[in-house]
Amino acid sequence: MDKNQNLKKKYWKKNLKYLAILLSIWFLVSFVFGILLVDELNTIRLGGFKLGFWFAQQGSIYVFVILIFVYIKLMNKLDKEFGFNEQ
Amino acid sequence: MSIQIWTWILVGITFTLYIGIAIWSRAGSTKEFYVAGGGVSPLANGLATAADWMSAASFISMAGLISFNGYDGSVYLMGWTGGYVLLALLLAPYLRKFGKFTVPDFIGDRYYSNVARSVAVFCALLVSFTYVAGQMRGVGLVFSRFLEVDINTGVIIGMIIVLFYAVLGGMKGITYTQVAQYCVLIFAFMVPAIFISIQMTGNPIPQLGFGGADENGVYLLDKLDGLHRDLGFAEYTSGSKSTLDIFFITAALMVGTAGLPHVIVRFFTVKKVADARKSAGWALLLIAILYTTAPAIAVFSRTNLIETVSNKEYATLPEWFSNWEKTGLISFDDKNGDGKVQYVSDPSKNELIVDKDIMVLANPEIAQLPNWIIALVGAGALAAALSTAAGLLLVISASVSHDLIKKMVNPNITEKGELIAARLSAVVAVCVAGYFGINPPDFVAATVALAFGLAAASFFPAIILGIFSKKMNKEGAIAGMLVGILSMLFYMLKFKFDWFGGGTKQDWWFGISPEGFGTVAMIANFIVAIVISKLTPNPPKEVQEIVENIRIPSGAGEAHNH
Repeated sequence: MDKNQNLKKKYWKKNLKYLAILLSIWFLVSFVFGILLVDELNTIRLGGFKLGFWFAQQGSIYVFVILIFVYIKLMNKLDKEFGFNEQ
Repeated sequence: MSIQIWTWILVGITFTLYIGIAIWSRAGSTKEFYVAGGGVSPLANGLATAADWMSAASFISMAGLISFNGYDGSVYLMGWTGGYVLLALLLAPYLRKFGKFTVPDFIGDRYYSNVARSVAVFCALLVSFTYVAGQMRGVGLVFSRFLEVDINTGVIIGMIIVLFYAVLGGMKGITYTQVAQYCVLIFAFMVPAIFISIQMTGNPIPQLGFGGADENGVYLLDKLDGLHRDLGFAEYTSGSKSTLDIFFITAALMVGTAGLPHVIVRFFTVKKVADARKSAGWALLLIAILYTTAPAIAVFSRTNLIETVSNKEYATLPEWFSNWEKTGLISFDDKNGDGKVQYVSDPSKNELIVDKDIMVLANPEIAQLPNWIIALVGAGALAAALSTAAGLLLVISASVSHDLIKKMVNPNITEKGELIAARLSAVVAVCVAGYFGINPPDFVAATVALAFGLAAASFFPAIILGIFSKKMNKEGAIAGMLVGILSMLFYMLKFKFDWFGGGTKQDWWFGISPEGFGTVAMIANFIVAIVISKLTPNPPKEVQEIVENIRIPSGAGEAHNH
């Protein structure tokens, strides 16, 4: 029981670490690139797009999708590693 | 064939499909009625979540809003997609592990209190009712323009269809009709977008097309910025809201999205925790297809609109203009009497008023696409409105029959009795929604923003703290929710409805609009909840064990009813 408790704690800590990393990226591409630094990034061009505008209306959404799939992958691996996966 | 005949054919086919699915997937138990039996596959749930989420507002209004607001419209794009990251990472897996039927279920059990449950039921009902009225209005709008029936008849036809499959099939019927509705709505959204993208930029992918150039080699966005400057509007790619307000509105929409009960319940319908994560991924991917196309449509239709009407003789304008004039959604007033359309930013000289809601619907006509595509857009808009309406009605009926009757008023109610109560409350909810669709209160648009603010200010902090803090107790959660809702309501009523002395833009606190205030109210909720919980006793041991348990995915079992 004690060992299991320890395992659960470790699993939760690792989960929180993943969350912190993924949510920092989430914040960066939307709030920082798409809003706070939009004017600075707009001086850079990506074809017909100004970069800040592109992040606000396109790039951030692509990154959001990728983030969730990365999270799914990481967590499935973590579940297996700790034996918490379900059949 | 005319647009009208095409529309009747396409609407007829899709409605028959929805009804067929409803008959095939009738619900036989409360578990099937509330959570579709708990065995929906992640892909099917992703499809259903996407259709559930993408409402008449996403399909009909959003591209138009972006079209008229340019960069400022980004708040909707980031807000309504970014919320799914929060949902997938912070809520869905844990709520699935918890394994109940509704959001008030979680709040009531986690905070071991019927007061908390009641507050949650109140919020769920308020949020869902404000939202559903807008959907029925969307149904009426499509019917009146494309089928030339009275807007009220349109609302009633929509009510009967929703009634049929929501009442008969419950969550099970809704889930599988939503899968079909996603396919209809995304096809209807993408086909015209692809055609117009090819027409204007030669690129079949709209997401790339609106960063492309026209036949003269001028980038489309640069051209549009130029047109805007000439007519006195703010540059399309820069917008005019303050950075702080954009920041707060985006955050409120994101957090509100993650806190909306009709979205959260969808994650109770899958078998296990890993499936809840996976279906959140599918949902966002499927939503992103529409959300990355919408800004492209916005740019195409804005450019097309300006080029077609600006400084043109009124008498020579194409047929779509007079078609939409009849609905009252476009109006022209020749102020200087020169017979030409002056479309400029200065309100004293501007002669053209275009309702933003028609941009998506009129876009294929403006671009002169074939009639069947124009009709397809109508069928798609109906799919979007009906799927969201059904999801919301289910939340309303479950809140009444499960959270109020079963959990509080009469715990001894039989399974059969609860199922009847669920169906009856769905019928009542449809009628109320229909009433608001026919007699829309002036404040529909304002209250939808309120719905997001309320969800952000109430549910989100209570759920997050319930999962991530073992020490969060009922005193903290209830106080937090109350402060969140009340401050949100106060700000909204003051600045949107002129209560408490009213006020204008200059009086906004720190320049934050009512739409963005949900973020402030959410922060207030978090702070109050944490402070109060430190001053009051810890939650009972069993509750702390529940929290430990929901953090581990194994042993989720099926959603249960005790």
